[in-house]
Amino acid sequence: MADFEYLSPEGLRSDGRRPQELRVLSCNISHCLQADGSAYLQQGNTRVIATVYGPHDVSRRSEAQHDKAFINCQFSMATFSTSERKKRPTGDKSCLETSLALKKTFEAAILTDTYPHSKIDIFVQILQSDGSDKAVSINAITMALIDAGIPMKDYVCATSVTLINDTPIVDLNYFEERGPGPELIVGTLPKSGKIVFLQVNSRLHIDNMEKVLKEGMNGNQRVHTILDTLIKKHLEKSILT
Amino acid sequence: MALKGEPHYVAPGDVITANLGFMRGHGTYESDGKLLASVAGVVERVNRLLCVHPLKSKYNGEIGDVVVGRIIEVQQKRWKVETSSRLDSVLNLSSINLPGGVLRRRSAEDEVMIRDYLKEGDLISAEVQQVNSDGSLSLHTRSLKYGKLTEGTLVTVSPSLVKRCKNHFHNLLCGASLILGNNGYIWISPIILDDHQQEQMRFQLPSTPGSSSVKTVTHVATIEERETIARLRNCILALAQSRILLYDTTVQYAYDASLKYEVKE
Repeated sequence: MADFEYLSPEGLRSDGRRPQELRVLSCNISHCLQADGSAYLQQGNTRVIATVYGPHDVSRRSEAQHDKAFINCQFSMATFSTSERKKRPTGDKSCLETSLALKKTFEAAILTDTYPHSKIDIFVQILQSDGSDKAVSINAITMALIDAGIPMKDYVCATSVTLINDTPIVDLNYFEERGPGPELIVGTLPKSGKIVFLQVNSRLHIDNMEKVLKEGMNGNQRVHTILDTLIKKHLEKSILT
Repeated sequence: MALKGEPHYVAPGDVITANLGFMRGHGTYESDGKLLASVAGVVERVNRLLCVHPLKSKYNGEIGDVVVGRIIEVQQKRWKVETSSRLDSVLNLSSINLPGGVLRRRSAEDEVMIRDYLKEGDLISAEVQQVNSDGSLSLHTRSLKYGKLTEGTLVTVSPSLVKRCKNHFHNLLCGASLILGNNGYIWISPIILDDHQQEQMRFQLPSTPGSSSVKTVTHVATIEERETIARLRNCILALAQSRILLYDTTVQYAYDASLKYEVKE
């Protein structure tokens, strides 16, 4: 497939965005009353539900850690989320890998030492998959954790970036994700700029790495601004009277 | 800076102050000589202590709190109680009053009988006796006020919605009694007799050692009582949804306001 289909001569992408433009992000915080924290996050056509339970007592003695909380993370994709119906929502290799990656990411961001002997359950499900699933999941989990009142160092914001005709393209949709370019997913703590999640799919030349990474970090700053406004609005709305 | 008047909203990672003269409280952490928020909420300042209170969080027990909880496990000499706290709470066999107010003698016999007093799934009201070093709570029911709950409805709300009051046991004018647990568990039941009357009941109905509960069921709720309870439950849920602090006055006002609506099937 020729490259011009991903980036038109006018510099616009297949869905009309500019290279560094994010998709429309909207979020419904605390939609699930049963959970301790929950968020429904939509980034373009990628829709994700994240729920957080805890901190609560460990279910198995072996999970208890005397100095910090145990974090359990389960990533799943609804059977109807992709164009081809999936057999099982969870349990395949890629889901397990993502679960583990998300777990490590949030272990770095949550102040786990405030909750010794406890366990925090994070469940995230893709309802509709249109690219950047992992990045959107990270954003959704962040919102759910904030809703649950679990102490974190900072927001964790993530975006995916690719390179087309030497132009970095941010927040990929399904079409762009499947394109010829390499994909880099970066999750950062936007205030300090620390990287807590980094994944590169297919080969990315080392000379391009810095450029792509920088664009990803910039994208994260913008995600952070949006999420922060949403949280502040939510706080003002639901303050005690 | 935490100013008076306007609430100061912060989110994780926001700098609360770069002034080192403040002590860091809950919901904050220190980094590079700055005080940062770790949860989203409102900054509260007490003298030199800065805290951030999140909108929702797990119940943080304090000594003397009234809680409502559910027995989830029976162990050798104690029960594990679920109180929506970070860790399961503990009720020791030595910190309950036996049926009929009999003083307990330490014996192997009643260790065997432990399941007869309280079993899995039972609801109890209790007081926080101690906060253990790992943050779990030890409860006690050594008063006639506390003990097993029978006949009533449990409503769960966020713990932050229950106002800390002198008294958490209320007999409302509408003919129902309310236990506002500090942990956000609220128990609504038909009027519980006061201590004096209860004492009399105990003499009339001496519980046999084998009786299955700490408080015996002496009363079956009538249809009117059930309607009142259902109405109160809905009132509490409505108050919780509009995030209004719960204490006897607010509940009573909500109840009065609801009277113009009918109870429907």
